[in-house]
Amino acid sequence: MSFLEYRLKQVPTGFRKVLYLNWPLVVLVTAVASVGLLMLYSIAGGDFDQWARRQSQIFMVGMVLMFIVAMVPIWFWRSMAGLAYLVSFVLLLFVEFTGEIGMGAQRWIDIGPLRLQPSEMMKFTLVMLLAAYYDALDSKKTSRPLYVLIPVLLTVAPTVLVLMQPNLGTSILLLLAGGAVMFAAGVSLWYFGGVLALVGSVVVGVFTLRGTPWQFLHDYQYRRIDTFLDPTADPLGAGYNIIQAKIALGSGGWSGKGFMQGTQSRLNFLPEKHTDFIFTTLAEEFGFIGAFSLLGLYALIIGFCLMAAFQNRDRFSALLIVGVGANFFFYIAVNLSMVMGMAPVVGVPLPLLSYGGSAMLVLLVGFGLVQSAHVHRPR
Amino acid sequence: MKRSARETEDVARSLTRRTLMLGGGMAAMVAVLGVRMRYLQVDQADEFKLLAEENRINIRLIPPERGLIQDRNGKVIAGNEQNYRVVITREAAGDVDLVLRRLAGIIPITPEELERTIEEVKALRAFVPVTVAERLSWEDFSKVALNAPALPGVVPEVGLSRRYPLDTDFAHVVGYVGPVSEKDLEGLETPDPLLKIPKFQIGKIGVERWMEDTLRGRAGTKRIEVNSAGRVMRELERQEGDPGLDIRLTIDAEVQNFAQARLGEESAAAVVMDVTNGDVICIASSPSFDPNLFVRGISHTDYNLLMEDDHRPLANKTVSGAYPPGSTFKMVTALAALEAGVITADTRVSCPGFIEFGGRRFHCWKRAGHGTVSLQRSLSESCDVYYYDIAQKVGIDKIAEMGRRLGLGQRFDVPMSAVTEGIMPDKAWKMERHKQDWRIGDTINASIGQGYVLTSPLQLAVMTARIASGRAVSPRLVRMVNDQALPVPEAPPLGLTPEHLQAVQQGMYEVVNGERGTAKSSRIVDPTLVMAGKTGTSQVRNISAAERESGVISNDDLPWNRRDHALYVGYAPYDAPRYAIAVVVEHGGGGSTAAAPIARDILLRALSDGMPSLDAYPSSQRGRIETMLNELPLRDPVTGIAPVRTRA
Repeated sequence: MSFLEYRLKQVPTGFRKVLYLNWPLVVLVTAVASVGLLMLYSIAGGDFDQWARRQSQIFMVGMVLMFIVAMVPIWFWRSMAGLAYLVSFVLLLFVEFTGEIGMGAQRWIDIGPLRLQPSEMMKFTLVMLLAAYYDALDSKKTSRPLYVLIPVLLTVAPTVLVLMQPNLGTSILLLLAGGAVMFAAGVSLWYFGGVLALVGSVVVGVFTLRGTPWQFLHDYQYRRIDTFLDPTADPLGAGYNIIQAKIALGSGGWSGKGFMQGTQSRLNFLPEKHTDFIFTTLAEEFGFIGAFSLLGLYALIIGFCLMAAFQNRDRFSALLIVGVGANFFFYIAVNLSMVMGMAPVVGVPLPLLSYGGSAMLVLLVGFGLVQSAHVHRPR
Repeated sequence: MKRSARETEDVARSLTRRTLMLGGGMAAMVAVLGVRMRYLQVDQADEFKLLAEENRINIRLIPPERGLIQDRNGKVIAGNEQNYRVVITREAAGDVDLVLRRLAGIIPITPEELERTIEEVKALRAFVPVTVAERLSWEDFSKVALNAPALPGVVPEVGLSRRYPLDTDFAHVVGYVGPVSEKDLEGLETPDPLLKIPKFQIGKIGVERWMEDTLRGRAGTKRIEVNSAGRVMRELERQEGDPGLDIRLTIDAEVQNFAQARLGEESAAAVVMDVTNGDVICIASSPSFDPNLFVRGISHTDYNLLMEDDHRPLANKTVSGAYPPGSTFKMVTALAALEAGVITADTRVSCPGFIEFGGRRFHCWKRAGHGTVSLQRSLSESCDVYYYDIAQKVGIDKIAEMGRRLGLGQRFDVPMSAVTEGIMPDKAWKMERHKQDWRIGDTINASIGQGYVLTSPLQLAVMTARIASGRAVSPRLVRMVNDQALPVPEAPPLGLTPEHLQAVQQGMYEVVNGERGTAKSSRIVDPTLVMAGKTGTSQVRNISAAERESGVISNDDLPWNRRDHALYVGYAPYDAPRYAIAVVVEHGGGGSTAAAPIARDILLRALSDGMPSLDAYPSSQRGRIETMLNELPLRDPVTGIAPVRTRA
């Protein structure tokens, strides 16, 4: 692994790199983050200080980090992939054990004013490591069981740790991110088909065996599934969030109630209105037009990522970009499915919008990697 | 690792292909999300908009101010006073225990109250205010306000609560209010939403209860925006309700106070009625109680004290007490016989002290007998044998019919609790009630107001008013509602022969003013205020033949609760009747000694502008009367404060 693989002469150097950034992506990310700040301001009832100030500061820091990461050659990041993964994994273990000693599910480490969630870091370091792995791996061996098992283990190990925190949402995202990189790397579709078939049969088994002595889950777990499938059955308990979220969304209508006029969110009907459920406020205040526009912005970001991946002939870079893009997409898909009542409430924030430091920072660093790969792409 | 160009091409193509597949999958998912968004926000928007509105808007009631109850001259009997109270909100207080301990250092709070408040504060949501202390004095209230900086979360508030300034005087008439109970809500199909406000006060007994609908008013509403925790965010719209209507009673508070004081600690009742229109001028029952205790929430000790008292202070004896009317019933028997033509005003009956029917002896109260008795003498000297004789001739059904005509055995529509119907027995009644035939002995007993006959003091007052006026006047307790005078219904004539009425009235005149009248010592000498009346003494025990042989035991030698009831009915002035009165003193002994003097004083008080003039009393009694009147624990007419009474 050496930078000699790249044709260095064609890579911009110094401050000229700035000109070669993927600017549309920067603009789109800034736009979405601005919408997020606007929403946080609105949810706080016109109070900038409550959430928006801190969020904007984190965004600034994140943007600076993104630029720094982008300026550093991609081959450096590739060489750091193993170390980054290791650090994340150790931190994850660390949180796991201090968390148990401390007060239940502590998922973060305090670094000065920042709270670092190793699970958030892991999403991108996993992608990095897998991309580096497939870059190094002879492409003929990609689908051999042993070489499939390695990335599977690399993915499953942190997933299990995150699941034990417990953080179902992030562990699902980790699985999906790992899977996406493996998929892009060209692992045989049979494996994916097999996994899908397995998951499908488990789901069928869970439901068909219900009420028999061989049922997989506890009764209370079944009841949770029931609540997910029909939230109206428990309107004040588990179904409350999702019902209120749907009311907020639906009542926004075509054009919304107007900025700062959202009654559902501003009146506290919505739980976690500034974090996981922030989309409902946007949808309530700006209606279908606003919500669909946001979806469009997100689609554009993903689209530009994929375009960047197509343009990049370096395998590590392309896989990394696809991995980051897929990660970003899964965030959005899971979150929106969740708030629109299509998936269970698993606690996944909406990227760039939801209030929360480490998710935002890590995501921007992720985009920094994308930029770095884009700037330093082979030409 | 250095790859060949060929290999790199293949790998890159594979990656592009896979990425395209991934992108396609993502695009599909985005499409699904978009469709879902459209479904929720466009197709189902109306439904969710409705749900959101319901979520957001909450209607709160504004309790209306309760109507006042006033006496006939506008003096407030039941009013609303400002209630200074202190509430605490956990959210703002922070350390509730500390703040409450500080508060307890400023205003009087018992440790139990403190405990209760702390528990309540902790049980409710953080922003719900909890009342710490109520009915504070202005000083304590200001102290709390002054110390506000040291008492975070503590807010001094002013509310309204019911107050009865004339406390004991109107306890039975007006009753009291209390918080809505489960029982109050029973049987209400669509209860007023106000009743669902916690601790909302409604009338429990008396006028407060029976005129609840008038007094309560209509709730106002405010539409408020709330969050899911129920916290009020802002008020959107306010619709004022209608305050309750004021009620003016027919009662004169000063006469009522006089009557209540005059009855003193006796277990007694007095009713004064305006003969001309049925207005109840005073309706006193003693002993009484302080209704304010009930509004505040009476303590067990106080309640048990009231319940265990053998003089039954909680009972409204004027309308719920059913007493044998005794000799006050004789006018009914006389009128029945006169109207039936069995006797004339001049019929005479011989009284040897007893009369025999079917082998049974019925005694006159006077063992030696009255000799030859006319109608007038039968009343003035209260000869029993005269009535035994005429009653068995006229029969119980006619007597009962006359009794009902005069207002007995029926429930009058007055807004008071536990109004008794009394009993005006006849043959059908006995058959229905006791499954027995009516016997001649029953008629004999009924003829002098004993046996089955039961009447309330109110009924006796109505009876007297009807005899005095010849019209079927009915009692009226409410004079005005919302400053609008209620129409006075024209009382129809009773349809009795004037001569017969006059004969009975003449007899009642003789009772008080005749040389041998039983109430002679209670006569009024002022010629413009002359009183007519009838005494009654009703037995509450049977006198055995043996006791009669050895001499009837005197009331003074009997325990209080076995003594006779003392009754008196009367009206004045005799020539132009204005007020009728009925007085019952439970176990008071004789009607002439225990009831008639009270009735005279109250009647004179009603007829006078202020205290009765001593000129109205026989000169020999004036000294004693003056002392007695001066010692009456009357309220100050301006301040309404009564002197402290010590119980005898």
